[in-house]
Amino acid sequence: MIDLIGLTIAVPLVASGVNLLIGKRLGRRSGWIATAAMAVSFIVALGALLQMFSLPAEERTQVVTVAEWIRAGAAAVSLDLRVDPLSITMALVVTGVGSLIHLYAIGYMDHDERPGRFFGYMNLFCAFMLALVLANDFLLLYLGWEGVGLCSYLLIGFWSDRPDAARAAKKAFITTRIGDVLLMLGLFVMWVHFGSFDFDVVLGHEGSLPEIAAGTATAISLLLLGGAVGKSAQLPLHVWLPDAMAGPTPVSALIHAATMVTAGVYLVVRAHALFEISDVALAVVAVVGLAGALYGGFSSLGQYDMKRALAYSTMSQLGFMFLAAGLGFYPTAIALLVAHAFYKALLFLTSGNVMHGLHDEVDVRRLGGLRHDMPWTAALFGAGALALSGLPPFSGFFTKDVILDLASRDGATWAFVLGSLGAMVSAWYIARLYFTAFIGERRYEGSAHEASALMRTPLVVLAVGALFAGIGLELTPEGTLPMFLEPVLGHVVEGDAGPSTQVLMVLAVVVTLIGIGIAWRLYRPANQERWVSFPEREPGMAGVLAHGFYIDGLYAWIVANVGLRGAAALAWFDRTVVDGAVNGVGTLATRASGLAPIWQSGKVRRYALSFMAGGVALLLYAAVKI
Amino acid sequence: MIDAPRVELWAILPVLMLFGGGLIALLASGFARRAAQAPFALFTLAALAAAAASALWLWNRETTTALEGMVSIDRLAVVATLALCGIGAFGAYLGFHYFERDDFRRNEFYALLLFALGGMALLVAAADLIVVFLAVEVLSLALYVMTALTFRRGPTEAAMKYFLLGAFASAFLLYGVAMSYGASATTSVQGLARALTGVGGSQPLALVGALLLVVGLGFKVSLVPFHMWTPDVYQGAPSPVTAFMSAATKVAVFVAMVRVLDVAFGSLAWDLAPAIAVLSAGSMILGSVLAIAQRDVKRMLAYSSVAQAGFILSSFVSPEREGIAAALFYLISYSAAVVGAFGVVMLISGGIREQTGFERFRGLGRRQPVLAALLSVFLLSLAGIPPTAGFVAKVLVFGAATSAGYWPLVLIGALASVAGAFFYLRVIALMAMQEPRGVDIADPSPLPRLVLAVPAVTVVVLGIVPGVIVPLLQEAGVLTW
Repeated sequence: MIDLIGLTIAVPLVASGVNLLIGKRLGRRSGWIATAAMAVSFIVALGALLQMFSLPAEERTQVVTVAEWIRAGAAAVSLDLRVDPLSITMALVVTGVGSLIHLYAIGYMDHDERPGRFFGYMNLFCAFMLALVLANDFLLLYLGWEGVGLCSYLLIGFWSDRPDAARAAKKAFITTRIGDVLLMLGLFVMWVHFGSFDFDVVLGHEGSLPEIAAGTATAISLLLLGGAVGKSAQLPLHVWLPDAMAGPTPVSALIHAATMVTAGVYLVVRAHALFEISDVALAVVAVVGLAGALYGGFSSLGQYDMKRALAYSTMSQLGFMFLAAGLGFYPTAIALLVAHAFYKALLFLTSGNVMHGLHDEVDVRRLGGLRHDMPWTAALFGAGALALSGLPPFSGFFTKDVILDLASRDGATWAFVLGSLGAMVSAWYIARLYFTAFIGERRYEGSAHEASALMRTPLVVLAVGALFAGIGLELTPEGTLPMFLEPVLGHVVEGDAGPSTQVLMVLAVVVTLIGIGIAWRLYRPANQERWVSFPEREPGMAGVLAHGFYIDGLYAWIVANVGLRGAAALAWFDRTVVDGAVNGVGTLATRASGLAPIWQSGKVRRYALSFMAGGVALLLYAAVKI
Repeated sequence: MIDAPRVELWAILPVLMLFGGGLIALLASGFARRAAQAPFALFTLAALAAAAASALWLWNRETTTALEGMVSIDRLAVVATLALCGIGAFGAYLGFHYFERDDFRRNEFYALLLFALGGMALLVAAADLIVVFLAVEVLSLALYVMTALTFRRGPTEAAMKYFLLGAFASAFLLYGVAMSYGASATTSVQGLARALTGVGGSQPLALVGALLLVVGLGFKVSLVPFHMWTPDVYQGAPSPVTAFMSAATKVAVFVAMVRVLDVAFGSLAWDLAPAIAVLSAGSMILGSVLAIAQRDVKRMLAYSSVAQAGFILSSFVSPEREGIAAALFYLISYSAAVVGAFGVVMLISGGIREQTGFERFRGLGRRQPVLAALLSVFLLSLAGIPPTAGFVAKVLVFGAATSAGYWPLVLIGALASVAGAFFYLRVIALMAMQEPRGVDIADPSPLPRLVLAVPAVTVVVLGIVPGVIVPLLQEAGVLTW
C-alpha cells in the first residue's frame, strides 16, 4: 500500500473535480461521494501504516515517485511523496478525522443549496493538506500550503452573501499571506544555500544534521516559523482565526481546528533538524507557543460566542504544541496534535449541532439548559471538554500535561509555571462553555431539536477517540505513538530536574480541578444574572478579554494610519513612474508598428528587394568572416 | 562494369505511401471532379495512417542511410513524419469541413495535400542537398496551388506572390547547393560533414553555401527579412490551408535545417551561429512588433508565426542534442496551437468569404463560449503562458540558447515574448470583455469543435507533463552519422 500512497491525494482530488464540475446534477449525492473519497483515502493510508509495521524501524522511511514531470539530462523534476511514521500519522489524522467530518457535513449541509461546491472545496482542501504532509520536498509542501490557504479562503467565505463571511475570508487570506511570504523567503534562502528543496538534502538524513552555519540555520528557521505562525494562528498573526468561524461549522472543525492550522506545527517538527542547529530558533518557537497558549486561553474566557471561544482555545492548544516543539519534545507535540484533532473536531461539531438545532444561535447567554433538549450533544460536548481539560485518564492529560511535566523535568521551570497557568485557564474556559450552554435553565425560545443519527454517528467515534486516544495510543513519551515516531523525531529523554513525575501529575490534576472550580463558581446556574447581560461595551477586564486584548483594533489603526498613507504614496509612484514606463513601451511599439505598412506595401518587387537585401547582408557577413 | 544502385524502397515507405495516395486521389478527382468529398477525405486519412504506421515501423532500424545515401533513416525523421501526418490529418478534416459547408467541391485539395506531405516527409529524411532541393520544390508547388484553390481574387493574388518569391528563394537554395558542391565535391550531408572536418574542403566556399541555403530555407519558414510574403499568403489562403502550411512547412523545413546546419555544416557552427542569432533576433522583434499593429486575426497570426520562427531558430545556436530536442518540442507545441488557432478562425469567419477582422471576435465569449475558450488556449500557448506547452517550449529553446552562451538572444526573446503577450491577450480580451456586435456568422456544427479540442488538450497536457514526450525527442535528437 505504500507504493499506492499517491491515491490518498488523487482520490479526493478526483472527487473534488467531479463535485465541482457536475455537483449541481448530483444534488445530495455529492456529500456521499466526497465522504467515500475520504474513506478510500483513509483506507489507503491505513494500509500503508500496516505495511510499515511489517518493516524494521529503520526502513520505514520510503520515498515514492508518483510521476516524473520532466527529465532533462541528469536533473529530473519529479513528484515524490515521502512515507515515514510522521507523514503517515499526519495523513491518518487528516483522512480519519476528515472522513468523520465529511460524514457529519452531509447532515449539517442538508439544507444548503450548493452541496456540490461545498464538498468539492472540502475534498480539494484534503487533497492539498495531504500533499502538504506527504511531500518529500519543501516545494510540494509549499504547494499544499498555498492550496489549503486557498481552500480555507473559499470555505470561510462559502456563504458569500453574508458580509461578515466575505470579510472574514479576506482577512484570513491576507493575514496568513504575511506568513506565507515569510515562508517563501525562507525557501529562497534554503535554495540559495542548499540548491535543493529535498528533505533529505536540507534536513540531513540518517540522523546526520545538515552542514550549515548557525546564522543561516537561524534565518531559515525563523522564516519558516513566520510561515507556521501565520498558518497556525499564533501571535502576532492570529487575528484571522476567531473571525474564520463565519464559515460553516464542519469547515471550522476540519480546517480551523483539526488539520490546516496544525500545518505550522508539522512544519516546525518536520524541519526540527534545522531549528536545532540554531541557538535562537527553538527558544523563539517555545516563547511564541507559550505566549499563544496563554493569550488564547485568556481571550477564550471573554467570548460569549461558542465558536469564537473554541477558536481561541484552538490557538491556545496550538501554543502548547509549539511549546513542546520548542523544548524539543517533538513526538509529544505530535501526540497533542493527534489528541487535539479528536477533541477539538468533536467540540466544534457539537457546537455545530447546537447551531443546527437552534437557527445558528451560538451566544451562550441565549442558550442554557441544552442538555434537556439535546442530551446526546450535551454528553458529547462534555466528553470533548473532559478530554481537553486534561483530567486523567483522558487524552488531554496524556499530552498537554505530559508536555508540562517534561518541561519541568528538563529544568524549564518558567515553561512549567506559565504552562500550568495556561492549563488551568484551559480547564476554566472549557468548563465555562459547558456550564453556560448545557446546564441551568433554558434561555432560548422554542425548542432545540437534537441532531440526526447521521450527524451523531461520527461524533460518537470522535468522542471515543477524544476520551481514549491517550490510553489507546499511549501518547506518553514511552508509549506506542511516540515510539513509532522515533525514527523520524528521535527519542524524548526525560530529565531529572525539579520534582518527580508523580508529584507533577498530582499538581496537574489539581490545577485542572482549580480551573473547573473557578468556572463553576463564576458560571453555575445560580449566578446566572451576574453574566447574562448584553452591555454595549464590556466593562474592564471582560472587555479586554472579549476583544482579544484589542490586538485587532491596534492592527486596524496601524493599517488605517500608516498603511493607507504608504499605499497612497506607492499608488502615485505606480501610476506615474511604472505605468508611465510600461505605457511608453507600448506606445513606442505601436508607433513603430504603424510605420510598417510603408514598406509592407503588397508589392512583390519590394518583397523581393528586402529578400535580396537580406541575402546580400548574409553574404557580406561571409565575406567578412573569410 | 557499373554496379546498379541499390534500391531500398522500404526506406522511403512513408513517402511512397503519401505520393501513392496523392496519385490515386488525383486520378480519382480527375474522373469525379464534382463527386462527394467524403470518400476523398476518408481516403486521405487512411493514406496518412498508413504513412504514419510505416514511419513507426522504421523506428528501430539499424541502418542510417539508404538509396545510396540519399535519404537517412533515423528517429528524427520518424518523429517529424509522425508530426506531419498528424498535422495533415487535421488539415484534411478542416479542409473537408470548409469546402463541404459552402458546397464548394475541390477534390484536388486532397491530392495536393498528400503531395505536399510527401514532399515534407521526403524533406525530413533528406540526406543529400539535391534531395533537399527536390523535396522543397515538391512541397512548394503543391502549396502554391492550395493557396489559390478557391479562385477568389485574394487567394489568387497571394498564390502568385508566393510563387514568384518562392522561385526567387529556390534560386538561392540551388546556388547554395552549388557552392557547397564546390566546397566539398559532394552534395551529401554526410560527405559535406566529412569533407569540412578533413583537409579536402574549402571552408570559405562552404560558409557561403551554408548561408545561401539558410536564405532558401529561411524563406520557407518566414524568417526576417525573407518573411514578407507571409502575411499576404496566410491571410489570402483558405484557412484550412493556412492551418496546414503554417504548421507542416515549419516542421519539415526546420528538421531539414537541423540536418543541414548541425550535421553538414556542423564544423562551421561557430561561424554560422552569429548569423543565425541575428536572423532569429530580427524575426522575434519584427514579427512581434508588426503583429501589434494588425487588425485582422489571420494577419496577426501570420506575423506571430514570423516571431515563432525566430524563437525556434534561437535554439539552433546550440548544435547540441538539447537544442534539437528543444526545437522539436517547440515545433510540436507550435503546430498544435497554430493548427487549432487557424481552425477556430475558420469556424468563426463564416465560410469561404472569410471575415477575420477583429470586429468578428468582439464578444465572442458570449456567443460562442466553446470557440472562444479553444482559441484562448491556443493563443495562450502561442504567447508562452503556463500551463500550456508554449511555455515549456520557450523555456527549452531559451535554455538551449543560454547553454550556448547566447544570453543576449535570450533577453531579446524574453522581451519579444512580452510584446507578444500583448497582442495575443488583446484578442482574448476582445472576446471576453466586449459586447458582441453585428450578426453571428460562426459555424454552429459540433464535430469541428470536438476535433479542435484534440490540439487544445495536447497543448495543455504537454504544458503540464512535458516529460511524456521530451525523452522521446531527446532520443530523436541523437543523430548518428
